[in-house]
Amino acid sequence: MNAEQEIVKGNSLWRDAWKRLLKNKLAVFGLVVLGLMLVAVTFGPPLMRLTTGVTPDFIPPDSDLIKSFPPSSEHWMGTDEAGRDMLARVLQGGRISLMVGIISTLVSLIVGVSYGAIAGYLGGRIDNLMMRIVDIIYAIPYILIVIVLLSVFGGPNTPKWITFLSEKFGGSSNQGLSQIFLLFFALGLVSWLTMARVVRGQILSLKNQEFVLAAKATGVSTFGIIFKHLVPNALGPVIIYATLTVPSVMLTEAFLSYLGLGVQAPYASWGSLASDGVKNIAIFPWQLIFPGVTMALTLFSLNFLGDGLRDALDPQTRKF
Amino acid sequence: MSENNGTILSVNDLRTYFQTEDGIVKAVDGISFELKRGETLGIVGESGSGKSVTNLSVMRLIPEPPGKIVSGDVIFDGVDIRALPIDGVRKIRGKRMAMIFQDPMTSLNPFLKISTQLMEVTQLHLGHTKKQAREHAIKMLKTVGIPEAHERIDNYPHEFSGGMRQRVMIAMALSCDPELLIADEPTTALDVTIQAQILELIKDLKARMGTSVILITHDLGVVAGMTENIIVMYAGKVFEQAPTKELFATPANPYTKGLLKSVPDPAHEEGTELYQIPGLPPDVAHLPPGCPFAERCYRAEDICRREFPPFVRINEDHRSLCHFAEEVYAESVAEQAASATRTNGSQGGPQA
Repeated sequence: MNAEQEIVKGNSLWRDAWKRLLKNKLAVFGLVVLGLMLVAVTFGPPLMRLTTGVTPDFIPPDSDLIKSFPPSSEHWMGTDEAGRDMLARVLQGGRISLMVGIISTLVSLIVGVSYGAIAGYLGGRIDNLMMRIVDIIYAIPYILIVIVLLSVFGGPNTPKWITFLSEKFGGSSNQGLSQIFLLFFALGLVSWLTMARVVRGQILSLKNQEFVLAAKATGVSTFGIIFKHLVPNALGPVIIYATLTVPSVMLTEAFLSYLGLGVQAPYASWGSLASDGVKNIAIFPWQLIFPGVTMALTLFSLNFLGDGLRDALDPQTRKF
Repeated sequence: MSENNGTILSVNDLRTYFQTEDGIVKAVDGISFELKRGETLGIVGESGSGKSVTNLSVMRLIPEPPGKIVSGDVIFDGVDIRALPIDGVRKIRGKRMAMIFQDPMTSLNPFLKISTQLMEVTQLHLGHTKKQAREHAIKMLKTVGIPEAHERIDNYPHEFSGGMRQRVMIAMALSCDPELLIADEPTTALDVTIQAQILELIKDLKARMGTSVILITHDLGVVAGMTENIIVMYAGKVFEQAPTKELFATPANPYTKGLLKSVPDPAHEEGTELYQIPGLPPDVAHLPPGCPFAERCYRAEDICRREFPPFVRINEDHRSLCHFAEEVYAESVAEQAASATRTNGSQGGPQA
């Protein structure tokens, strides 16, 4: 090491990891698909409304007996049984599906990381108590918790802060949208458990390192040590786990919507679209195929990206 | 600040025990010393002799459990550290009392830039804004001799060599101009040339800033040129305590003599074996009733294995934990006189 003579350009772990990630073809594929998907669902619906005037909830007024049209130049993905444009609905559904995935993962990140880090660092009795609570929640099937949460707090019983948030960020406080916001939190609340365990394990192995003692010796508070010194060190596994949480949450959402507990019309998610499509699978297969394929593609991409990140951020376990 | 007869730190009968499955480990068992402002104290001893635990106790950094400061006082500038609430200790740590650790490879947070870590200290203790803290950090890096400080500050620890990292650690420790600097084997992990540079740096900064220093080491060569006083520790006890010159010239403890003889001497004749103290340090969880060094001592007698030795006062500043302290001292004085008369001045030690 001859660091005195040359000024090395900041070659942080993140940059290294990024380089390694770019070498992984599947991960790059995942990244590109996800990027395109995000752009499409963000700008797609307004663009369609501006250019063709088609909106996801536009039902044509004419009373034809059959409103489901196969894909055509006018409707690229065909229409659903009410005559709504499928492309617009898939894009709109993608918004909600991705949002469910991302927001719930964020909730699980915030709760799980703080919880796990605090338990791991404080150790002893507090750790024991905190982790037993996690064990107990773990023992209850999470889908059950979500269903209970959704049915207890859904409909007219939606907590005020959920309605507030949906009005603030969703632009409306109607019941369908509040239901979606409730879904974000219900899913977030059950998906932080594994995150807490992952983080706790990391912190346990980190907290006896000398730099923690060094930080203590310079007078940094417990809070500062946990969140400024330890959490960044545990970030690698956290990011990996988070990218793998997104698809699992999205799948759960699809499942719940399929059961009719999640997103409800006029809002759509990939899960609810697929659920609608299944009814007509024999006659109008495009109503299932398009949302299904889009969702599968996204989930694949997320998983590829997660795997790629794992290899990139953890060079020791890399395969050569 | 307050005067306190110029004493910055006084440790009185400090006892730090660890509760282990093997029983109670008396890592530090009845240590007392005083450190005057601007002075340097060396603490020497083998691995596991309690050097580091002493200083972690001073900073209240002993992990509790399993460790516990059982008794004793640690008076820092008139304040009893042990009686302070943890918040009060935190305000002293890093600001008035700083520490440099043994391994610069692991004592910097690998995920944070040097700047973040350096700035944190002054933001915390001196209430610096980000800009002030950054300027101060760059100034400190320059002080410890890091070239291109304004660019290097944004590097990560792994982009520095070991010696450079130790310099960063020193910069961090000295950021708030502390009154006491504890250097826990600051050069053990570094190679010899860097070692000399780092020691020179500590010496120089000490002279410039008037900081008191406690230098912990197992290398007698390191303390020789740096310290005013030395404490020799063994099995959690002070074995000998003396001004540096006197300790090197006329040790009054067989253990110290053994340590001094074990230092490689360039004038040493080729082919002859280097002296070493026989045996291993005792298991501090199961100490024998007598002198803990008896098993390895060249002049141990029955009484050593039976009774714990007294802490004999040789003169004003010189103390030794040995049944035969006076005799060993007399021996050393005689040897010293003998070697002084010889012109070549090569070492003539007692028979092992």
